[in-house]
Amino acid sequence: MTTTTDALNPAHPIDHGHGADHGHGGHDAHDHHHAPAGWRRWVYATNHKDIGTMYLWFAFSMFLLGGTFALGIRAELFSPGMQFWQPEFFNQLTTLHGVIMVFGAIMPAFTGLMNWMIPLMIGAPDMAFARMNNWSFWLLPPAAMLLIISLFVPGGGPGAGWTFYPPLSVQLGAGMDFGIFAIHLMGLSSIMGSINIVTTILNMRAPGMTLLKMPMFAWTSLVTAYLLIAVAPVLAGAVTMLLTDRHFGTHFFNAAGGGDPILFQHVFWFFGHPEVYIMALPAFGVVSQILPTFSRKPLFGYVSMVYAVCAIAILSFMVWGHHMFAVGFPATAQLFYMFMTMLIAVPTGVKVFNWISTMWQGSMTFETPMLFAIGFLCLFTIGGMSGLVLSLAPVDIQLHGTYYVVAHFHYVLVAGALFSLFGATYYWLPKWTGNMYSERMGKLHFWWSMIAFNITFFPMHFLGLAGMPRRIPDYALQFTTFNEVASVGAFLFGFAQILFLYNVIHTIRGGVGPSPQRPWDGATTLEWDVACPAPHHTWTEPPSLALVREGLIAQGLEESTHVEELK
Amino acid sequence: MQLRRLCAMAAACTPSFALAESPYTFQTPQSPIASHINDLHTWIMLIIVVVFVVVFGLMFYSIFKHRRSVGHQARHFHENTAVEVAWTIIPALILAVMAFPAARLVLAQKNTTNADITIKATGYQWLWGYDYMDYGFGYKSRLATPRAQIENYKDGAPPKSPLYLLEVDEPLVVPVGKRVRILTTANDVIHSWYVPALGVKQDAIPGFIRDTWFTAEHIGTYRGQCTELCGRDHGYMPIVVKVVSDADFKTWVTAQQAKAKAAQDDPNKKWTKDELLARGKQVFESNCAACHKVDGKGGGPFPALAGSKIATGPKEGHIHIVLTGKNAMPSWAGLSDVEVASVITYERNSFGNHTGDFVLPAEVKAARK
Repeated sequence: MTTTTDALNPAHPIDHGHGADHGHGGHDAHDHHHAPAGWRRWVYATNHKDIGTMYLWFAFSMFLLGGTFALGIRAELFSPGMQFWQPEFFNQLTTLHGVIMVFGAIMPAFTGLMNWMIPLMIGAPDMAFARMNNWSFWLLPPAAMLLIISLFVPGGGPGAGWTFYPPLSVQLGAGMDFGIFAIHLMGLSSIMGSINIVTTILNMRAPGMTLLKMPMFAWTSLVTAYLLIAVAPVLAGAVTMLLTDRHFGTHFFNAAGGGDPILFQHVFWFFGHPEVYIMALPAFGVVSQILPTFSRKPLFGYVSMVYAVCAIAILSFMVWGHHMFAVGFPATAQLFYMFMTMLIAVPTGVKVFNWISTMWQGSMTFETPMLFAIGFLCLFTIGGMSGLVLSLAPVDIQLHGTYYVVAHFHYVLVAGALFSLFGATYYWLPKWTGNMYSERMGKLHFWWSMIAFNITFFPMHFLGLAGMPRRIPDYALQFTTFNEVASVGAFLFGFAQILFLYNVIHTIRGGVGPSPQRPWDGATTLEWDVACPAPHHTWTEPPSLALVREGLIAQGLEESTHVEELK
Repeated sequence: MQLRRLCAMAAACTPSFALAESPYTFQTPQSPIASHINDLHTWIMLIIVVVFVVVFGLMFYSIFKHRRSVGHQARHFHENTAVEVAWTIIPALILAVMAFPAARLVLAQKNTTNADITIKATGYQWLWGYDYMDYGFGYKSRLATPRAQIENYKDGAPPKSPLYLLEVDEPLVVPVGKRVRILTTANDVIHSWYVPALGVKQDAIPGFIRDTWFTAEHIGTYRGQCTELCGRDHGYMPIVVKVVSDADFKTWVTAQQAKAKAAQDDPNKKWTKDELLARGKQVFESNCAACHKVDGKGGGPFPALAGSKIATGPKEGHIHIVLTGKNAMPSWAGLSDVEVASVITYERNSFGNHTGDFVLPAEVKAARK
């Protein structure tokens, strides 16, 4: 890993040549005399780019691991009967797949993007708390190790699903404790990362960049960070109660001792629903950067986008009960959660309409980042629609705990969060590496992923409607055909990601040639005003007001006073 | 209703699977609530399809017309208050239209009053117990599919029966056209009682009672599964509801009551070892073999009984572990004294264990105190 990441983010050599001729930000290339080399560079890392790089590689390795677990699940489900695993190992696969993808892949990947891009986009020299940033990253590998080790302790890994519902999770073996400690570590990491992002965004913006003139990715990162600060401690509390119930004789979730198993679900989903938006909002931000760039038009309805993000964030605290429609709420609670959930469709709809209006009357080109952004838009809309179906409590009674739910959240999290991450990687890869990726391979990766994704997950809607429960290792015969299709799709989807890995490594090693400082002619945010690849230190002096204004005018966030400024 | 008929027609035209159901939508509804859910879903899907066509139509129109390769020049507009207000308010109105029938249906689902029959469904790891509260009997309902059909990795696995994993030894029996209230609870972990065709799903929570209801409109057998992850055999605890005529139900109840009486093992009965072993084998295979395996060899985290310290050591320890459970093994205190005694006798004298002990129901009864 070290050699590739070294190349991904060269410490010294390349930026010497760029200093003078490559615009703003390049002049500070000589300031990094104290940056350690070798392994120390990564272990002692305080540079936001190095830390961002580590986050991204960590997330990708976790993505491959979680993906391998998913293929283990789909292989078993290819036909009825048990072929490869014992049922309890199957449960561990589904649990670890969920935990690793949510906490190990999607969240760290977005934190990595934020680390890399927020300082560049808002004209800050680094993150506000550089050493805490190091600590937030380095908590993650031990957390991942705990999850992996859990598979090898007596009784195996946690097998209660990523939601860890008691009393089942109280019943399980030591693997569950490993899972709980892993979640503690990842929660600490998230909280520290979020504090860093909030502080950086609120205090270190370039002159002239008021809050309502920030790039949309900065906005969604800010709101996401607030959500995480609010709910990560709640999750930590929930799993700690679980831990004490397991080992110290408390009865938070044990009815025999005066507790209530459903209490856990309330606390968990009070975290869990905002968590959904913690994974979705940064994706909205990424797409809001990519679509204007390749439509060569400013983002439509910037202010309403910001309001929509905030509205979604606030509503996300009031809808957790829709994950629990089947626990037996009184009618009033059922109605309250149903109405609040339906309400989320309004701001989400506003965002979708704004994105389409951004493309409308544009001058679009379809490079890989744009393809992934459009793919996101199409499939996220489908996921939103199935979400609307699920929001209706009476219909949810039929669909709760079935494959329909599995289909729904994979449309939102794979085609939503993951596709936006792919788009972001292709979009910023030239800035990170200084090289251009292979467009042909990128497009192949997109189309392959797009088709394989739908082969995998679309049939799951039908399985859920017909009544196939989720988290079962074996199924009745009438579900066979769609399960076979889904399994074939899953393996195709998995292989597509090897293509992605190859393309990224290929780009790091030179790609199809050096990238210009601004590879996308429609890109107007500040990160494109630094040299390519981005030098180790950027914006050690804030960008000038004139430069910031130039970008804001191009983004339609400020009016130009002179006609010639438009040109 | 019109829509439902259309759906049914569409379903009839598509290739059907084992249960002659459309594989693309809900199972054919068999209760008023399930029908309403079906109608609501169909109606929402229509709205969604219209919205979908409009949104995707606009988007793809733009993608094809407003591209640089056809020479389209970008127009630099970036806001329009009227349009933005419109697309906030119109979706809100559409949602309000959706919310109204949904809310009415929530109230209907939640109204569990005036039941004709009340049955308690108890989730166990991994079977269901049904208690007919009004008639004073109850029984357990277990997966009837033999393990051999499930374990494909063993050589010579027999072909799977058409009702693979959806068949039980004793189904829940209810009369047609009556309002049946189901009380759910659980013995160990959370389970969920789900019968799609009847439009019912209710979590079964240990220590708490929740309820739901249905009225089956037609005589027939309807199948569902546990829908809350409950451990190892979560996939192997189906729910089968047999809907019969009122007269058949009465006959069945009488027979069940008689059977319950007969099945109450005579506490003074003198059990022979062979009787206990035969009974024990039966109890073992329907309760214990899932983890410890039919041959007592165990597997994975589940210990072998063959030659185990507990199954060959003092019988007090053996009785204790069956009644209280340990780690992943749940307590089996829910079994009767005769069942516990017989299964322990069986375990101590099978799989190569030759303790020669035999445990009497009275010993189990004493150990429970």
